[in-house]
Amino acid sequence: MDARSSTAAAAGLRHQAVVFALMVAAFAVGPFVVYPVFLMKALCFALFACAFNLLIGYAGLLSFGHAAYLGSAGYVTAHAAKVWGWPPELAILLGVATAALLGLAIGALAIRRQGIYFAMITLALAQMLFFFCLQAPFTHGEDGIQAVPRGTLFGLLDLRDTLVMYYVVLAVFLAGFLLIYRTIHSPFGQVLKAVRENEPRALSLGYQADRYKLIAFVLSAALSGLAGGTKALVFQLASLTDVHWTMSGEVVLMTLLGGLGTVFGPVVGAVIVIGLETYLAQLGAWVTVVQGIIFVLCVLAFRRGVVGELARVIRKPL
Amino acid sequence: MIFGIPPQALFGQLLIGLINGSFYAMLSLGLSVIFGLLNIINFTHGAQYMMGAFVAYFLLQYAGVGYWWALLLAPVVVGAVGVVLERFLLKRLYALDHLYGLLLTFGLGLIIQGLFRNNFGSSGLPYAIPAELTGGRNLGFMVLPNYRAWVIVFSLGVCLATWFVIERTKLGSYLRAATENPALVQAFGINVPRMITLTYGFGVALAALAGVLAAPIYQVNPLMGADLIIVVFAVVVIGGMGSIMGSIVTGFGLGLVEGLTKVFYPEASNTVIFVIMALVLLVKPAGLFGRAQ
Repeated sequence: MDARSSTAAAAGLRHQAVVFALMVAAFAVGPFVVYPVFLMKALCFALFACAFNLLIGYAGLLSFGHAAYLGSAGYVTAHAAKVWGWPPELAILLGVATAALLGLAIGALAIRRQGIYFAMITLALAQMLFFFCLQAPFTHGEDGIQAVPRGTLFGLLDLRDTLVMYYVVLAVFLAGFLLIYRTIHSPFGQVLKAVRENEPRALSLGYQADRYKLIAFVLSAALSGLAGGTKALVFQLASLTDVHWTMSGEVVLMTLLGGLGTVFGPVVGAVIVIGLETYLAQLGAWVTVVQGIIFVLCVLAFRRGVVGELARVIRKPL
Repeated sequence: MIFGIPPQALFGQLLIGLINGSFYAMLSLGLSVIFGLLNIINFTHGAQYMMGAFVAYFLLQYAGVGYWWALLLAPVVVGAVGVVLERFLLKRLYALDHLYGLLLTFGLGLIIQGLFRNNFGSSGLPYAIPAELTGGRNLGFMVLPNYRAWVIVFSLGVCLATWFVIERTKLGSYLRAATENPALVQAFGINVPRMITLTYGFGVALAALAGVLAAPIYQVNPLMGADLIIVVFAVVVIGGMGSIMGSIVTGFGLGLVEGLTKVFYPEASNTVIFVIMALVLLVKPAGLFGRAQ
């Protein structure tokens, strides 16, 4: 890397640090301006979308079954917290481990095919998990696991307090966000992008493309699980909604609307989509229609997404 | 008793399996014809199957047009809608990554299903079996309802006719050539863009035809295609999209397997196709009839 491009990269990073600080500030004062439960939902989905974006944006893999990790972690966390009485940190950890294992199994199968097949396989396997959750006794079918206790984090923080819960969710989100940021700017992330751009060339340079893809897949699944487990504690509920294919579609929509392969895009997309859903909730099935229209518009005319377009205007990566 | 199962139950489930298999076959056939030429996985397929059933319902309800005409008209109407979608929307995406086609058709499916759900709710609307096909006949080991026999025979006929047209006629040879190399076929003076449009219309019409066939069996429901299409995706992955006959055989075969699972291990009947998909991916990633890339 010559001197000029390294200063350019440093300028880009400084720039992203500023945006990151703004984002943290906005979320930190958020609960005093906006309804905190709405913001917690948005943060959980933002983490979910960032995890999804790690795959589509940097590894070029379109998973159409990411609900599987969000939902399974939600169920496991809720079950551990409610039935076994585990503390929240361990319950979430178990949820993350479940999602990671599931990601390992599904990812190992799915990376055997590319492109459209990859999307169809992930979708089909996630649907299989949906039917499993529909029938398994511990998920309580249509009722879901209700009244999950939030508990006391590390025996110190009482999560029944909404504001305490909020800042814990924010901390979880930021930890996940920074991990993803670190990943995509690491040598590992560079190899991932190389595989996305030209897999045969990456292979010929000696990188085991499948191994990189699988690691990215498991990481993405685990972080989706982190979002799912946290969400189950926030809403004290784990239900079939979170494992249904519509949820997999929603995270695609958030990421696409915010900007595929941008650092901040998924966060913006998640906030917009959750906002839309909250304010359009009384319109019933129109929400689906609106989501469909956003999909069509994004694909036809707005492929960079909100943040991608912004980045183009200011000519700096976001 | 066969394997400890009463024969009525066994043959009854096998029949249901064959019925489901005919829908899997017709839908996966449409998907692979579309994919062959457009390189797009048509996520709207489930919504278009549902539209076929609804057009049949509208024709009967508002125009007094019965089942037999619906069998012809519904595919034409829905196919025409497909042609419009291809001309104005899908066409813009051919130069891009194939995944955008998937996302666009997914969005279209959401719009269509949402609109129908707004107008007709989520509960099913009844559609009567045509008078000529009511009743059934006793085969000795089971009672075979006439309509179900008709669905199996008719869809098998449609599938084989499609196979014949694509594999054995001149038109089909153009289609196969354009799948291999569109630029070269265009250079021979064949209007490839029009062929692409008509192919999409045909694939969509097949989905709508399956929808009309399904209307008297399942109720007419805005979400009838939403979950079905995911199973059909699994069928497509299992069969591989390279071969027409492969789609047909895989479709019917998996329907039968699903029916048998309902008899011997009902808890797994929803998931058996996905499990088979996972196994096929482990053993033969390109699919049973697919060509390795």
